[in-house]
Amino acid sequence: MTKYTKKNGLSRRTLLKGAAASVTAAGASLSAPMLWAQSNIVLRQAGTGVSAFNEIAEKAFEDLGITLEMTALDSDSVTQRVATQANSFDIADIEYWICKKVWPTGNLQAMDTSRIENYDKIAGTFRSGKLTPTSEIAQGTAPHTVGFTTGVDGTDFVQEESGWMTLIPTIYNADTLGIRPDLIGRPITNWSELLNPEFAGKASILDISSIGIMDMAMVVESMGEYQYPDKGNMTREEIDLTIGIFTEAKKNGQFRAFWKSFDESVNLMASGEVVIQSMWSPAITAVRSQGIPCVYQPLEEGYRSWGGGMGLAATLEGAKLDAAYEYINWYLSGWVGGFLMRQGYYSAVPETSKLYMSDDEWGYWYEGKESMGDIVAPGGQLLEGPGAVRDGGSFIDRMGAVACWNSVMDENQYMVRKWNEFIAA
Amino acid sequence: MERLFRRPGAQSWMLVSPIMLILVFFLLMPIGMITAVSFWGSTEFSIYPAFQFDNYEYLFGSQVVWNVFLKTFTFALITWAITLSIGFTVAYFLTFHVHTLTWQITLFLLCTIPFWTSNIIRMISWVPFLGRNGIANQSLIGMGLIDEPLEWLLFSNFAVILAFVHLYTLFMVVPIFNTMMRIDKSLIEAARDGGASGFQILTNVIIPLTKPGIMIGSIFVVALVMGDFITVRFMSGSQIANVGRLISNDIGLLQYPSAAATAVVLLCTVLITIAIMLRFVDIRKEL
Repeated sequence: MTKYTKKNGLSRRTLLKGAAASVTAAGASLSAPMLWAQSNIVLRQAGTGVSAFNEIAEKAFEDLGITLEMTALDSDSVTQRVATQANSFDIADIEYWICKKVWPTGNLQAMDTSRIENYDKIAGTFRSGKLTPTSEIAQGTAPHTVGFTTGVDGTDFVQEESGWMTLIPTIYNADTLGIRPDLIGRPITNWSELLNPEFAGKASILDISSIGIMDMAMVVESMGEYQYPDKGNMTREEIDLTIGIFTEAKKNGQFRAFWKSFDESVNLMASGEVVIQSMWSPAITAVRSQGIPCVYQPLEEGYRSWGGGMGLAATLEGAKLDAAYEYINWYLSGWVGGFLMRQGYYSAVPETSKLYMSDDEWGYWYEGKESMGDIVAPGGQLLEGPGAVRDGGSFIDRMGAVACWNSVMDENQYMVRKWNEFIAA
Repeated sequence: MERLFRRPGAQSWMLVSPIMLILVFFLLMPIGMITAVSFWGSTEFSIYPAFQFDNYEYLFGSQVVWNVFLKTFTFALITWAITLSIGFTVAYFLTFHVHTLTWQITLFLLCTIPFWTSNIIRMISWVPFLGRNGIANQSLIGMGLIDEPLEWLLFSNFAVILAFVHLYTLFMVVPIFNTMMRIDKSLIEAARDGGASGFQILTNVIIPLTKPGIMIGSIFVVALVMGDFITVRFMSGSQIANVGRLISNDIGLLQYPSAAATAVVLLCTVLITIAIMLRFVDIRKEL
């Protein structure tokens, strides 16, 4: 089904030929790779498909000698796995809202920030919650609110930098609607367009409740139907209202399909079944690398944001735990960040990622500057020629316009039930 | 020990015990567990033992759930009707119009070829075929039959039923073909000698004698369609729900007790449906 396993090994492809000017910069920092190669350490990483790339597993093996077995699941399945099958993974590559759900199960252990080499370079969003010292914190489950705990066995979240992190932040992004400009043929500037009858039968929304409800809330506010005091923590009445509006639209045939896994959204968009939908950044990259125009449309009301991070299984100990720390330090040391930035994500440690990107790539992906040469996808396909600008502009423009984070609300169980009814309606 | 063997019925008990053990461990105990959990309570990330009727209250109180059950029955009924007519026709052709055993077997094997690939592949390959810009729409437009692509081909009830029929027709063909092959040809000759028309032979001889096969096929198809969730999810683009999807959504969101309650209700529904079907034909007597 949507589940597949990526294993490092047999057919090692040549990586990122032209794209990574990085390779030259590599090689400097990493300590003691031989150690792991001799001990045959295998780390099982279960995560959402957004960052489960073979290339990362291959590079980790090359640099650290650690074999990564990556399992890519949809968000709900990975939540389920972390919450119920504590022995089935070593590293959980999840999102912060998932962390809020699964942390109380005790299946993850906190990480000692003094063992994280680049801790002080981690972006402010994940520590104080503030992108810049003056920025407002958006509504919803912002990463820093569930990012710290009291100690290695802590089960509560604390709001200050306690030295014990629940997840080590890896990537994050500001999400918006993806559109097919060639099939729409006019500017799209508001979230409300998702329910515009003009796109009846050609719209889609994602079927992951904690994310979908936030997209819905953005649309409802944009339509002028309701202004939420706090989108990230709705009351039952607000949930009913929000889902009611979408159920009505569904019955009127607004939606072509709902999608649950990343690749479904790519297929819907690339095949032209859908022209406007909730989408994730690498899905846009994937559609574009097929030569099909697709825009990650910045909208007036701002973005719905999410943050991803890696948690350590509570069962990890000894050499495996050390290897996991080593892997995480490697993850934050730049190569992976550079790789994922080319997917359209932001690295939680931008400083180190910069070292592994060309100036032009950094300018295009991070600073929102016009590209000087070709912008190439990690797989080698051409994304943009010279003179292109990233949708939404620079990091500060995009992350500064975040209106809400993916959320787990106090009324989550009620919301989930209503969401199920929406899908079944 | 020897006396134990000689006790009346002891041998039968021992002969039946392997299958009984298997059924107890792998059928009865899981069902018992599911039933027990269906009365439990749940929080967002854990379940706790309890004896409460919340899950059932919700199930029977929600209009959405009733509609979903109705939808599940509708799918089962329509799929059953179509697979039965196709399955019966195919079996009839193989039995009465193909005269050599070699050809019968060859053609029958031909029917099974699609089943060498996975269920999911067979289902998903419909998606690009039926899509807005898919082969079906493009050919229809090319032939000048339609001007606009047909939207209802994909992500619709039509698509779901089409996939069901494609996936499950063989389950109808096999048992019907099997019973039909065992019909004594002299009965048909006798009927013809007695002056029966072809249609009368069909309704008075062949159909009654094929009933057990029809019933076995029907049980397969009904049970498979009512328990399915993945076909509905993919072919409806997640837009349509049947009971299986309710359960899978609940499990995905860690609501195990609610999923268990739905499963129990579904199990009862399917059992009742099959019991009703068996009222029409006594399979044991006919086999």
